[in-house]
Amino acid sequence: MPSAPVTLLNARAVARTISRMADEILERNDGTERLILVGIQRRGVQIAQRIAAVIQEREGADIPLGALDITLYRDDLQTVGPRPVVGQTHLPKAIDGQVVVIVDDVLFTGRTIRAALDELADFGRPSRIMLAVLVDRGGRELPIHADVVGQTVTVPPGGRVDVFVPELDGKDEVTMVGGGT
Amino acid sequence: MSLLGKDLVGLAGLSREQITTILDVAEPLREVSERAIKKVPTLRGMTVVNLFFEASTRTRISFEFAEKRMSADTVNVAASGSSVSKGETLVDTARNLEAMRIDMVVIRHASSGAARFLAERIESNVINAGDGTHEHPTQGLLDLLTLRQRFGTLEGKRICICGDVLHSRVARSNIWGLKSLGADVAVCGPRSLLPNAIGEMGVQVFSRIEQAIEWADALNVLRLQLERMQAGYIPSLREYNRVFGVTRARLERAPRDILILHPGPMNRGVEIDSDVADGPHSVILDQVTNGVAVRMAVLYLLAGQKASLADVAKGGAA
Repeated sequence: MPSAPVTLLNARAVARTISRMADEILERNDGTERLILVGIQRRGVQIAQRIAAVIQEREGADIPLGALDITLYRDDLQTVGPRPVVGQTHLPKAIDGQVVVIVDDVLFTGRTIRAALDELADFGRPSRIMLAVLVDRGGRELPIHADVVGQTVTVPPGGRVDVFVPELDGKDEVTMVGGGT
Repeated sequence: MSLLGKDLVGLAGLSREQITTILDVAEPLREVSERAIKKVPTLRGMTVVNLFFEASTRTRISFEFAEKRMSADTVNVAASGSSVSKGETLVDTARNLEAMRIDMVVIRHASSGAARFLAERIESNVINAGDGTHEHPTQGLLDLLTLRQRFGTLEGKRICICGDVLHSRVARSNIWGLKSLGADVAVCGPRSLLPNAIGEMGVQVFSRIEQAIEWADALNVLRLQLERMQAGYIPSLREYNRVFGVTRARLERAPRDILILHPGPMNRGVEIDSDVADGPHSVILDQVTNGVAVRMAVLYLLAGQKASLADVAKGGAA
């Protein structure tokens, strides 16, 4: 029988975590100069928007926001399902010489991030690319790590981490099914 | 498993859900053509053969752009200069190409049914790029995408297909596709250029272009196939323009703004006047742009199906 979902972060904890991630991004970049946040479709986009809002509040700076859809860069064409969804990729400005922060909800195998790096390279040559994730659940299949991590959890084989965002899911929460931290 | 199956032969057999999925996938793919590097790696390592046994410029180029923008390797084969001109059959040509490990065939052929005939005999995915007077499904899909972008939904929209319906594969794909998405469909043209049983396809028939303009939200104006006109289907081109030509003067009397589509190439001054083709109601160049995106979507969906089947064959998860 599948185990009940365990709440890893409730709405307040998500807000605190995102606030801390925004601070870390500012510290690592020494401010907002040349900073661009790019969320990975779909929930990474919402998290990037929230990080940008915190930075705006802290620094009074509007951070350019973009969205990456990595579907066409995946290395597993066989996962094209019965109703495939290809989302929009949109970058707010040229990324040459900029500091691009890729934002995603969960970091797992690393394959999504590999695809995102490939896609970004088709748009230009940033001076630096950083990775910020709300949850790092381990289980990497590629040598990829995040620069900014909201929460690290260890998920047993077969377990799952779900990030819910108000815009898409009507609730603000991170849960895990199938194991403890 | 992919929604489309192995081949795209026509729109007649596709459900509303299948057509909607293709259009939904095509929509964001338009953006790839706007990039500085107009290429994604999705079909890297796949080989697509464009088997064009009938003259075509825009459809072949549009497919080729779509294939290249998805990173597929492409080979173009025309009937002239190939072994077909030495008497080789269609199936032998395709089987020989398959033996060179190709993945997909895009076929244009003068015979109705050629695409299905091929699809049933080879393992590669087959995409119909126009077969005789039967269907031209990707043209139908790009017309649907263009209309959906302008109208939001096709439900209840009134679309009239005007002109040489008799010889038009575009008309058939349009009728099936439009009706699947809930549009009301009509045809308009001289009786000699309408199929006898056109009413059985569930469309209205207008014999005067003024009636069509009065009724429609959009006109899809078909090319008068001049190469077939020696058979005496119409008295003269001038007469045709006078009675059935889509002109600015006629559009100005329309009760509402009408979108004008044309699959090209256009006979300016015959079925459509230049000031209409280049005017504010025209979405003809949008159709061309959407053509590449729709073909990218079809390639992607069929390739996904192929990979999925290959994975099952190896004992993996589909």
